[in-house]
Amino acid sequence: METFEGNDDSRLLAPIETTQPRFWIFIGTLLAIGLWGAFAWWTQLRRGLSVTGLNSPVFWGLYITNFVFFIGISHAGTLISAILRLAHAEWRRSITRAAEVITVLVLFFGMACVILDLGRPDRVFNVLRFGNFTSPLLWDVTSVATYLTASTIYLFLPLIPDIAILRDRMPSRRWLYRPLALGWTGSDRQRRLLDRSIAIMAVIVIPIAVSVHTVVSWVFAMTVQPMWHSTIFGPYFVVGAIFSGIAAIIIAMAIIRKAYHLEEYLKPIHFNNLGLLLLVMSLLWFYFTFAEFLTTYYGGEPMHMVVFLSKTQGKFSPLFWTMVVTCFIVPFSLLANRRTRTRVWGTVAASVSVQIGMWLERFLIVVPSLSSPRIPMAAPSYVPSWVEWSLFAAFVSMFILLYATFTKFFPIVSIWEIREGREHSVSEVTSRVLSYLPEATHE
Amino acid sequence: MTRWGMVIDLDRCTACQACVVACQVENNIPPVDQADSERGRGISWIRLAPFREGEHGTRPSLRLVPIPCMHCERPPCVKVCPATATVIGHEGLVGQIYARCIGCRYCTTACPYTVRQFNWKKPEWPQPMQDGLSPDVSVRPRGVVEKCSFCHHRLQRARDQARMEDRTLRDGDYLPACVESCPAEAMFFGDLDDPRSVVARLAAGPRAFRLLEELGTKPKVIYLSKGESGGDV
Repeated sequence: METFEGNDDSRLLAPIETTQPRFWIFIGTLLAIGLWGAFAWWTQLRRGLSVTGLNSPVFWGLYITNFVFFIGISHAGTLISAILRLAHAEWRRSITRAAEVITVLVLFFGMACVILDLGRPDRVFNVLRFGNFTSPLLWDVTSVATYLTASTIYLFLPLIPDIAILRDRMPSRRWLYRPLALGWTGSDRQRRLLDRSIAIMAVIVIPIAVSVHTVVSWVFAMTVQPMWHSTIFGPYFVVGAIFSGIAAIIIAMAIIRKAYHLEEYLKPIHFNNLGLLLLVMSLLWFYFTFAEFLTTYYGGEPMHMVVFLSKTQGKFSPLFWTMVVTCFIVPFSLLANRRTRTRVWGTVAASVSVQIGMWLERFLIVVPSLSSPRIPMAAPSYVPSWVEWSLFAAFVSMFILLYATFTKFFPIVSIWEIREGREHSVSEVTSRVLSYLPEATHE
Repeated sequence: MTRWGMVIDLDRCTACQACVVACQVENNIPPVDQADSERGRGISWIRLAPFREGEHGTRPSLRLVPIPCMHCERPPCVKVCPATATVIGHEGLVGQIYARCIGCRYCTTACPYTVRQFNWKKPEWPQPMQDGLSPDVSVRPRGVVEKCSFCHHRLQRARDQARMEDRTLRDGDYLPACVESCPAEAMFFGDLDDPRSVVARLAAGPRAFRLLEELGTKPKVIYLSKGESGGDV
């Protein structure tokens, strides 16, 4: 099983140095979907939000669902990577970069979803000119902007040594790598400084990430609408975000592994470990969902029950029960079972299921509460229009496109961190374990 | 301190919808065709909400209740607006600044009465309605939120009139179009803080209640109804 190819890690540079024709076909397809989305957006700019399926009282729909969904996925990277770094989880080395890039890129699409949703996108800067800080939406703008800044720095810092490698190897792209490498030579002082900055950023980024999805949940929870006005929404959303985030990393890793033949770097053990994390999050998700729904049911407030019943038995029930199956039953059965969890396909299947389920969860938070207003009124069903679906497809495509482009300019598996693992960590971990034992000598 | 409020006597209301029509005309609210209306794209600042009642089937099972903006004293919409485009004035009127609204519709989702309306389309009037638009009320562009203003332009007019006649505002000088048009005389309007006003007297009566009072929004629209279903509406 172990085929050692020497330690030059040239396989990690291969995607940057050579590009297969099928990559261009892939990019072309994504661009075509992106262009279609641009057409959909143009249609909406020309004719207003009447081209969506939104109505009164379902004022929010797919765009806000996608906003929560994309911001949720952003918890993949930075948070998981920061936690693993701080925990000195050695298996993190080949997955942190792939995770961090997801965060930075997906945040742009999350924010863009809000702009899509505005009736007057031309006035978006009014939130700065006339900002009203009692609005949770403004808290959101603030925390997402902070998160984007912090996670960009957190992505960039560990890239510096790799950029320096590329600067020295690829003269044709020096114009790009030379300024970005910030004069990295690999001296002891530089290394100490880098280690320290990464450690500081890893600590800073965690509370920011937690705040981001908490505040997203507060956009709903701060209103008095049935099944939005809930105190557990903050942690519930954070758990959901990490859940869908881990699923996103697993899917991205599987694609990278296949496309760039990185089986040596992204091994079944990586999928297994992430799969275990996903299993824990799946259980937590079930716990929160159960607690939320049982509390609502037991309290039995009529207005809350209208929304509760529309989800569990009414017109949203097919989506609701699909969510339960895809967020819990499928991932739980696949991941609690060693036979399926230790296979790449097993964790990937669980992750795809989780993505579908978590998207449905967000849809089921946004739409049913609005569909049953407290004061009775004619409430037409919300059916998303082709414009909304097209823009969703386009956002997913453009995200994948940017991600793929990133892999063509920077190593998607951190070269220096793999080397560091090979050269230092093995002995470091041995001495660390020895230090726990009674035989340990004091240094 | 003046605190403008409305009283709607449900025991007198015949659900004739004169208030709805008067409001459309007064406030330059564009008409919608049937297709858009069925898609939930119509705008009305006051609507009749169908409340089901009479479980034993001994009485008509629907009660239609006129719902304008409640001009809450603790308005959930004002808190959530990220651009300060909706504000509560010192006399308690909750206003909308159309020129500032970014159209995020957070206020429309936060309002428990669902009285806020969104301009899904550019407003259009067929002739001769186009020529009959009121010059006192601005026409709203596509993409912004609007709502019942208690016809606050009428307050300006009443103030001007009073100033011209060199007197202070009297009870009944300022009436929104819906109140003025009600043929059943089921709607009243005035200063809730003036103990001599009609609305203050009615609001203190035993038939008075407010909608969704338990949410703590402190609505300034007060309903009157007697009988067992009164408190439930």
